[in-house]
Amino acid sequence: MSEQPAEPLTEPRAVPGLGKVRRAKLPTVAERVLPSGLRVVAVRRASVPVVHVRLRVPTAVRRDADLARAGMLEHTMLLGTAERSQSEIADALQRIGGSLRASSDADRLLLAGESLAAGLPDLLGLLAEVLTSASYPRAEVDREAARLADLLGRRLSQPGVVADERWLRQVFGDHPYGREYPAPDEVLDVSAASLRSAHRRRLVPDGSLLVLVGDLSPARVLDRVERAMAGWSGDGSPTSVPRVKRFTPGALQLVDRPGAVQSNLRVGGFALPRTDPDHAAQELANAIFAGPFVSRLTQNIREDKGYTYSPRSSLHHNTRASFALLQADVATEVTAPALVEVGYELGRIATLPPSADEVESMAQHLVGVLALSTSTQAGLAATLSVLLAEGLGVDWLREHPQRLLAVTPEQVHEAARRVLAPATRAVTVVGDAALVGDPLRALGPVELT
Amino acid sequence: MPATTVRSSIPTVERATLGNGLRVVLAPDRSSPVVAVAVYYDVGIRSEPEGRTGFAHLFEHLMFQGSASLEKMEHVKYVQSSGGTLNGSTRLDYTNYYEALPSHALERALFLEADRMRSPRVTEENLANQIAVVKEEIRVNVLNQPYGGFPWLTLPPVLFETFPNAHNGYGGFEDLESATVDDAQDFFDRYYAPGNAVLVVGGDLDPGDTMGLVERHFGDVPARAVPERPDFDEPAPTSERRAEHVDAHAPAPALALGWRLPDPADLAAYLPFVVLSSALTTGDASRLRRRLVHTDSVATDVGTHIGVMQDPFDVRNPTVLTLEAHHGEDVPADRVVAATDEELDRVATGGVERAELERVVARLESAILQGSDHVLSRTLSMAAFEQQRGRAELVGELAGHVAQVTPEQVRAAAATLRPDNRARLDLLAGAR
Repeated sequence: MSEQPAEPLTEPRAVPGLGKVRRAKLPTVAERVLPSGLRVVAVRRASVPVVHVRLRVPTAVRRDADLARAGMLEHTMLLGTAERSQSEIADALQRIGGSLRASSDADRLLLAGESLAAGLPDLLGLLAEVLTSASYPRAEVDREAARLADLLGRRLSQPGVVADERWLRQVFGDHPYGREYPAPDEVLDVSAASLRSAHRRRLVPDGSLLVLVGDLSPARVLDRVERAMAGWSGDGSPTSVPRVKRFTPGALQLVDRPGAVQSNLRVGGFALPRTDPDHAAQELANAIFAGPFVSRLTQNIREDKGYTYSPRSSLHHNTRASFALLQADVATEVTAPALVEVGYELGRIATLPPSADEVESMAQHLVGVLALSTSTQAGLAATLSVLLAEGLGVDWLREHPQRLLAVTPEQVHEAARRVLAPATRAVTVVGDAALVGDPLRALGPVELT
Repeated sequence: MPATTVRSSIPTVERATLGNGLRVVLAPDRSSPVVAVAVYYDVGIRSEPEGRTGFAHLFEHLMFQGSASLEKMEHVKYVQSSGGTLNGSTRLDYTNYYEALPSHALERALFLEADRMRSPRVTEENLANQIAVVKEEIRVNVLNQPYGGFPWLTLPPVLFETFPNAHNGYGGFEDLESATVDDAQDFFDRYYAPGNAVLVVGGDLDPGDTMGLVERHFGDVPARAVPERPDFDEPAPTSERRAEHVDAHAPAPALALGWRLPDPADLAAYLPFVVLSSALTTGDASRLRRRLVHTDSVATDVGTHIGVMQDPFDVRNPTVLTLEAHHGEDVPADRVVAATDEELDRVATGGVERAELERVVARLESAILQGSDHVLSRTLSMAAFEQQRGRAELVGELAGHVAQVTPEQVRAAAATLRPDNRARLDLLAGAR
């Protein structure tokens, strides 16, 4: 090793440029729609000997009681089938290095699982068995209701979750999008009989989408899925949530949390769907405003002012509404000043085009992040499941980077004007009202709730 | 038969040690055009001095504030505008920095890591700024959060007696606020020598070209003395150590138990505990979930993990097996503890069936494979294995070692988890 004098070592050096871009190969996709209406998409990615499955069933929350029932379905589908107890299902999954879990939101139910590649036939068999003969045994259902009520109690004790829920309520009101979690009491009222009936009526193959990604042979897997799923039928059709009403932002909603050392700020409003021609521009606007670490708001309220740890604005796409939501948890004493900066950055991006450099850099970032997120089996399965369910194709993975790189500063500005303008945003704050109430009132009307 | 016929996927690895002592591992995998770069410094929470709790983590933040050739924020801008992501973390025994990027940005990432290894740019202004940011991080994750820091911050002071093992690694506000630029310079000089670090690059790379780039950018970082790693061992409890913690935000009580484990350096002695932990609480087929949650309904949730930060392979001696259970206000914690002890006794006396062990191992293998599918998580695992065990290849070999664990080893492991050698922490719900 050559010894060099101490001084020049800390002299600035030039940052190396970038090498030649290597594009990822797009996965080969095999697809079939079964007679039942179930759409099956299989993708080979043999990086490790594992397979992932994602089944989306478009069953929507339409009434208040549906939310608790959907939450209970998630937690009770694997409690038993016509042939197996909960323990036997769990043993069978463990034997293939697998797992299977349900989750849901207002638009759909998702069954996600994976196993060692050699265990795929068993995994498909279990999936089909659960879909066709889940038994919802009463004692176990009651036990799970008590567990879920306890879990919800803990979740709803988190100030960030309270802030999210109150913001959704402010924007969507009584619409099913107006809350993510049922109250603990509601799930205690869900009976085993109502779960059996909901399963029969709502978990139907027509309109459902099954994505398989991993160390598999796509053509053979389609045949195998068709055989495994032959018994899954049902007369029901996909359901969807009611139309979303237009929202007019009102006063800032302040939720009192006495003694809180931080305030949870939630600022957001409607955005464009992923299928909109201006989606790429909107993604860039959102990211420049408060996306990754380099974004304007992070630089402002974290790296310049030290108000917060991790502010972030995200785009959310539901079937009937898309929205952008900023989440920032800030020290109590700077709650109002932090909100001033949020308003400033929203106003800036909604009224002035960003620089060409800023747009180019952020486009490169988003392109890279998309490549990283689809470079694993699990990431590719999750992404494809979302894209295909929204009516987009696997081509989107190739075209979207090009769209991002083609967006101009003017297009970002126009998208920001439509989806980030301060005048269109709803603001919810959870914090110590005695300390943050008056400073917030200096900024505009406040409704203490 | 369980589907445990996993084909071996031991990575081809290239190694070198630069003249300044930096250990380098390159692990090519050209299946996707992405790379990950990880630098692990062999210093963590356990090495921070008394009166400077939280300093290792605060210093991690300072490493993002500019360096020899770069102003504040430039490092982050170069990574993100190259299509990459980045972060760092502070553990008990190491502090790491990493990027995942498109492979055409590899040289840039190497330059950036070398630049801050050469000299971070710590000023009064960015120190004050990052102290404020870290305080918000602690508020969001601990002080303003139900179950914040439970049990990773609250159990160690019950189980351990010496400062390095027992203290709060996020740090007290007084200690954070009194940190100085000189402290940071001293910490850097002492612990961030190239000879105290490991660099691992994984993914879409050519080993020959990449080794040249590593030499070009890191080769002239000056060598410095490498600190001797202290032995942080201390005697295990000889009677149960107990404490209560009132959580003002928690709506329901919880319980944590902690037991000391064999030195992780002895993989053969350590892995039976990794398998045991999975047999106890991973999935609905596991023993404690069946007994506590399904059969007795004394707990609404139960989990066990190895190491307070939940990763069995990010920690040196001494370390712990932690159990965390949530239960209703109407269930005395003693009932949860009694049922747990009975189940541990059943394993300690009756052992586990071969078939049960095979299922548990299949699940662990699957989890290991899924982790190694991600270029960044694979690279991070390799860096920890290389730093603590001198063997990055363990990322591919681990599943095979796990499959060697015998029912008798699992039984013997359970027999060491006794009421009289553990710590017990009762979390009381203050929000009711």
